[in-house]
Amino acid sequence: MRTGLFTEAEEPHLLGGHCVACGRHHFPRAEICPYCSADGARPVELSATGHLWAWTAVTAPPPGYRGEVPYGFGVVELPEGIRVVTRLTEADPSRLRTGQPMRLVLVPVGEDDDGRAVVTYAFSPADEP
Amino acid sequence: MNRDLGARTMSTVEVAGVGLHPFGRFDDVSITDMGVTAVRAALADAGVGPGGFQAAFCATAYGGVASGHKVLGRLGMTGMPIVDVEAGCASGGAALMLAASAIRSGEHDTVVVFGIEKMPKGIIRSSFFEPWQEAGGLAATPAYFALRAQRLMQTSSVTKDHLAAVVVKNRRHGAHNPDAMFRSEVDADAVLASRVVCEPLHLWMLCTPNEGAAAVVLRAARATDGVRLAAAVLRSHIPGSVLSESTPMAGLAHDSVPTPSALAANTAYEASGVGPEDLDVVECQDTDAARELLSYEELGLCPPGGAADLVEQGTTELGGRLPVNPSGGLLSKGEPLGASALGQVVELVHQLRGDAGARQVDGARVALSHTVGRGANAGVVVLTR
Repeated sequence: MRTGLFTEAEEPHLLGGHCVACGRHHFPRAEICPYCSADGARPVELSATGHLWAWTAVTAPPPGYRGEVPYGFGVVELPEGIRVVTRLTEADPSRLRTGQPMRLVLVPVGEDDDGRAVVTYAFSPADEP
Repeated sequence: MNRDLGARTMSTVEVAGVGLHPFGRFDDVSITDMGVTAVRAALADAGVGPGGFQAAFCATAYGGVASGHKVLGRLGMTGMPIVDVEAGCASGGAALMLAASAIRSGEHDTVVVFGIEKMPKGIIRSSFFEPWQEAGGLAATPAYFALRAQRLMQTSSVTKDHLAAVVVKNRRHGAHNPDAMFRSEVDADAVLASRVVCEPLHLWMLCTPNEGAAAVVLRAARATDGVRLAAAVLRSHIPGSVLSESTPMAGLAHDSVPTPSALAANTAYEASGVGPEDLDVVECQDTDAARELLSYEELGLCPPGGAADLVEQGTTELGGRLPVNPSGGLLSKGEPLGASALGQVVELVHQLRGDAGARQVDGARVALSHTVGRGANAGVVVLTR
């Protein structure tokens, strides 16, 4: 995966930006605010918990993807006032609901051309162990 | 046309001719061949020969370098500016906008606009996504459609049955279109029995990327009863919506960002003096069944939340008050990106001329074409007669 998307600590966080000009958060982190075009956005670690806003499951591997299917896919709303597009650890849409508490985790998604494990971010239902 | 710059008036633009290469899969036909077929048909329809046009715009997303030049080179018609135009699913709308502007300004009298495409098979691999997004499984285009569909169902009375009804309607229309890829009717049970690609979207609720070409000859209006291009508008997205066709990785937690389709429609209505209540027939982007219902709202065909009612009342079927996608839509025709918007315009010109055969909307005088996709870009074209 691209570096600079998330921290790899035991409790990972997505790396976003906070624009000092317009006050809004964004992800992934960018030098220029994608909403107001101001320079100098401040790097921040985004909240690791949020609420589920939309979800589905991907049943066939999309282009360039070597991990397993099906996998969950959705949007989680974070307290910073942003909605993040993300994989979900739950691949059964019937087990998910609007507003469900979610927590950031890191998951393996196959290997790259050099045989190295690829790890990416996902959100998992927070009410499960 | 008045070339006296001191007293130059803006020209009205008319559609002088249209042509098509059928949409489908044609393994033995090159993208250039398809373009030649469509452009020749449009030029013949318009009565325009070599030297009869001053510029050409070619819409294509996957065609490669100088795609339009290759088509016109095969026809021995070069020397004028030939420009390829890419704006995702709205590429054809973008090309029309550029051509219409050149005619209105008096720069050119007659311009050929065409769209050509040979799409890769399967889920489209798009250079739009970065390698890290692909590796993480985030380049799942149908999943973004599914999330939009799910939100529509959560925030309105739209159900899976309405999604199936859109497919049934468009496939019924497409059964009468010899240029469509799928020409058989389907029933709702069969749609809902097709496999789930991304819940709530089943396979038959998604259009098929394919191949085809469409061409339109525009010129400064001279006929009194011709089809007029009343507006050709392209707009891009305003950032903030997480489910925008721009497929951002994040968006803002509020829903007040206007969509590019709504921006384009409102601008086109203003430019043409036509409102949604004046429309007789519409061709809209039905990449998936929910996308058509979102378009109803964005184009102002119904009030917010009213899309399900239009389906239930049969309003948008042939024979209804405002038929949508009488050609069968992308769900019947398939979607060759660069050609799809111009394919809609070809259909609507036939509708306004009254020669659409079994698909004819009786007495159609005002028509609207809508496409939206990657970028995000949205195109809206208004045609009148």
